[in-house]
Amino acid sequence: MDKLGNILHSLNFFYPEIALTLTFFILLLVDLFFRKSKHLLPVLSLIGYVITGYFSFTTPNASGFLFSTGMANVGLYITDSFAFYFKLIILLSLIYTVLFSILSKEINESTENRGEYYALLASFGLGMFLLTSSTDLITIYLAFEMVSLSSYILAGFTRKVPRSAEASLKYIIFGAVASGVMIYGISILYGLTGTTNIYLINFYLANQNYNTLTLVIAGLMIIGGFGFKISMAPFHFWTPDVYEGAPITITAVLSVASKAAGFAILIRFLKVAFVDYAATNLQASLWAILPGFQWNDILAVLSVLTMTLGNLAALWQNNLKRMLAYSSIAHAGYMLSGFVILDNQGILAILIYFAIYLFMNLGAFFIVMLISDKLGSEDIDDYTGLGYKAPFLTVSLTIFLVSLTGIPPTAGFIAKLYLFAALVNTGWLWLALVGVVNSVISLYYYMRVVKNMFLRESISTYEQKIELGHVLISFSLLIPTLVFGVYFKPLIELAEKSIRIFGF
Amino acid sequence: MMTIKPYLLSTVIFFPLFGSLILLFINKEKKNLLKYSAIIISLITFLLSLFLFFEYRENQLGFQFITKFDWIKGLNISYHIGIDGISLLLILLTTFITPIALLSSWENITHNLKEYLFFFLVLETGMIGVFASLDLFLFYIFWEAMLIPMYFIIGIWGGENRIYAAVKFFLYTMFGSLLMLVAIIALGVSAMDQLGYFTTDYLLLKKVALNLPHSTQLIMFIAFTVSFAIKVPLFPFHTWLPDAHVEAPTAGSVILAGVLLKMGTYGLLRFSLTLFPQISIELAPTMSIIAIIGIIYGALVAMVQPDMKKLIAYSSVSHLGFVVLGIFAFTLESQQGALIQMINHGLSTGALFLLVGMIYDKRHTRMISEFGGLARVVPIYATILLIVSLSSIGLPGLNGFIGEFLILLGTFKSSVLNSYWYTVFAATGVIFAAVYLLWMYQRVIFGKLENPHNKDLKDLNKREIGLLVPIIVLIVWIGIYPSTFLSKSELSIKEILKEVVSSKIELISK
Repeated sequence: MDKLGNILHSLNFFYPEIALTLTFFILLLVDLFFRKSKHLLPVLSLIGYVITGYFSFTTPNASGFLFSTGMANVGLYITDSFAFYFKLIILLSLIYTVLFSILSKEINESTENRGEYYALLASFGLGMFLLTSSTDLITIYLAFEMVSLSSYILAGFTRKVPRSAEASLKYIIFGAVASGVMIYGISILYGLTGTTNIYLINFYLANQNYNTLTLVIAGLMIIGGFGFKISMAPFHFWTPDVYEGAPITITAVLSVASKAAGFAILIRFLKVAFVDYAATNLQASLWAILPGFQWNDILAVLSVLTMTLGNLAALWQNNLKRMLAYSSIAHAGYMLSGFVILDNQGILAILIYFAIYLFMNLGAFFIVMLISDKLGSEDIDDYTGLGYKAPFLTVSLTIFLVSLTGIPPTAGFIAKLYLFAALVNTGWLWLALVGVVNSVISLYYYMRVVKNMFLRESISTYEQKIELGHVLISFSLLIPTLVFGVYFKPLIELAEKSIRIFGF
Repeated sequence: MMTIKPYLLSTVIFFPLFGSLILLFINKEKKNLLKYSAIIISLITFLLSLFLFFEYRENQLGFQFITKFDWIKGLNISYHIGIDGISLLLILLTTFITPIALLSSWENITHNLKEYLFFFLVLETGMIGVFASLDLFLFYIFWEAMLIPMYFIIGIWGGENRIYAAVKFFLYTMFGSLLMLVAIIALGVSAMDQLGYFTTDYLLLKKVALNLPHSTQLIMFIAFTVSFAIKVPLFPFHTWLPDAHVEAPTAGSVILAGVLLKMGTYGLLRFSLTLFPQISIELAPTMSIIAIIGIIYGALVAMVQPDMKKLIAYSSVSHLGFVVLGIFAFTLESQQGALIQMINHGLSTGALFLLVGMIYDKRHTRMISEFGGLARVVPIYATILLIVSLSSIGLPGLNGFIGEFLILLGTFKSSVLNSYWYTVFAATGVIFAAVYLLWMYQRVIFGKLENPHNKDLKDLNKREIGLLVPIIVLIVWIGIYPSTFLSKSELSIKEILKEVVSSKIELISK
């Protein structure tokens, strides 16, 4: 009875997730009966997401764990401001994805499966919501699989297109290996500590003796699993293929939302499980990590690898979608570097980066989608001279790319500024310099697109009429990209409120 | 007047940007309306900046026309602007050159005129902002904001190889500026240790930087200086310049030579020197040697160029070497000379680019070998080219002489460099300049008119003369009575020197 009471109590804080679940079911059901209607499903999705958003704002954070397993003080799930922030990002990118899907030729042409598409998108979102708040390795794994399974199908949604089917298959194989490795790591960690709750793991690790090597292996395996989601090197190989093959709306949501969820859980897991509570040096605000597993050094190396490999590979790409895929790997690298400094400043920088990245990256994908729907190509060489044929779209794309490079006065600059400032401030000067060199490399390939669009004469017979919807969505992404470049106080304040992870 | 004064500087900075937004609402087919609007906007900016010039109190210490309000409270970054004599003259140069450059592209820019004018005005805001910023964060934003318009100006309206040049320009400058960004952040962070809060305010950071350990100062000095050296461009970072100059449209070259390069030397003078005075003195000999290498190298390479525009581009490398030498000689004469030489170079080289552009518009070639004997067909052109070349060489009575003379004199007297060899080597640059410019002049203007294409060349029209005359007036004015301008900056230069020298005394007493 006590347990049931606990569950009922927990449900009071679970409204957003419940709303998402209902959205998922409603979409499935509606699809069964109203197959003809074109706009019903996306509109219902949007309503569902808006309601979820409403509940996210109105539901207070629980003061303790949700879904306690009976033992004192621990549970499977928590709601804290840190999770809330990432949920906002996930929700926003879901909403944008639905809006993109309404306009996308790719999605609308495959009429038969559109119901599944929107339903899976909702379950994908639900998985990510769960992932950001889970505090138990079992829930983490379940949520992780929920995200993965939905995204496998979504990536292969236009399955009659060979490259989409190929992408999906590759994604499944890579994903299966990653989650296998991760669950293996989880089982080792369970063997070491006798628990799957990350708070209890921390407690045992701090108070008991354990074999360091085993711990390192387990930790690396789990990080590998999360690294797969955020496309961290050397687990990034799937990214370009999947991003190129998947419908562009899915690529967009994968590059932002699924990465956000991956980052949220990576940060939560490492910070909760491997930070030495007692020894945390409050004065310098630096965290002390438990001896045995120096994950910050590992992450520093991985971060450098990720950004450098991403940027260098992006240099050689001719397909714009593929280039953006590599560039998103590079951005994951920048963000990771914020995490290695073991300090809340770094987390703050990551949060800020993510919010800005959401707008600029989705923006870039949106424009690429609109252009490739008409042009029938994502080849950068085919963009030659488009600047004079579709001025609105190309100018918008230029602004997004400039922001991705990190040049003021765009928001991308602010994102990098906070990141580099945090790095310099905590003595990671070399890492900041690596980031700087990487930014210069990225300048080259981003500007290559701009160069093709504006500096070369046109060869194609491309023509595009701009619709009101295109303009409105573009502006809703352009305005934050530009405004946050000059006036970013509200964003910083929101992020500052959100760095608190439950229990710390 | 008193009520406007606090906002006057901001108005000068943002008026071109405001104007560029107005341009966006004009139909792109109405080319004349677009051109006249752009010219009028830039002329109004010039008039506004003249107010600055007349309202500036030259015997008052410190910065004037200061505006300051919080921008990002958490990081103590503020919108903090103000000018001293040095910024004043450079802002005036910017607002003076911009309408001339715009007027020069009256006929030769035919496609995408609206965008061209738009970028030009945005560029002007960026340039003025750089010279007026007293907050390093703000400075950095203006500094970077200029990159994109310039990239497009070179890349869209440039010559045949424009794309390569534009990309090279962008990459070089971006690399330098990101280094500077890291240094700015590092400075702000050290402020946190010393003052207890992060800040990028120049006046505060000046004190913060002084207390840093020597090695840290050295690294930061290098980061700032490399960034500025790329912009100047100082040997061996100069290789983007000839490409950019040759490929840019005439007006782009004029702005590039006239103002953009000055941002590098301004940065050295304003930031490298005053933030890290001890390091600047220690490295003064090194910097001077690099500057002298630039002077001689630029001149020698200029001599063998077959292309007039490229010749002038390399002469810029040489002339700016003088400026850097003057800055690092640390005497009142040399630094005043460096400042006036910045202005001179903007005027003379700007005019040279205009003249080359004018002949290119008529003949579609810039090769020296294609010309010869032009004196007979285009006498007005020949006369103006002679005056401008002589000014660039440094003939007494024209502006170039004042700058070079002051720099050489100051270098000779310099106690920091303490060797006359610097002056001796630098002086060869003056001789070389005479060689390459006069030789070019001789090959283009004198001799027999052999090439039949040149027989029907038309002389300069009224518009072309009209835009060159103001430059020539200034060339002569500075040559005869430089005090009009030197007096404005004297106190500011003295202040910089005082700061640097006092740090040196501290260094010795330690």
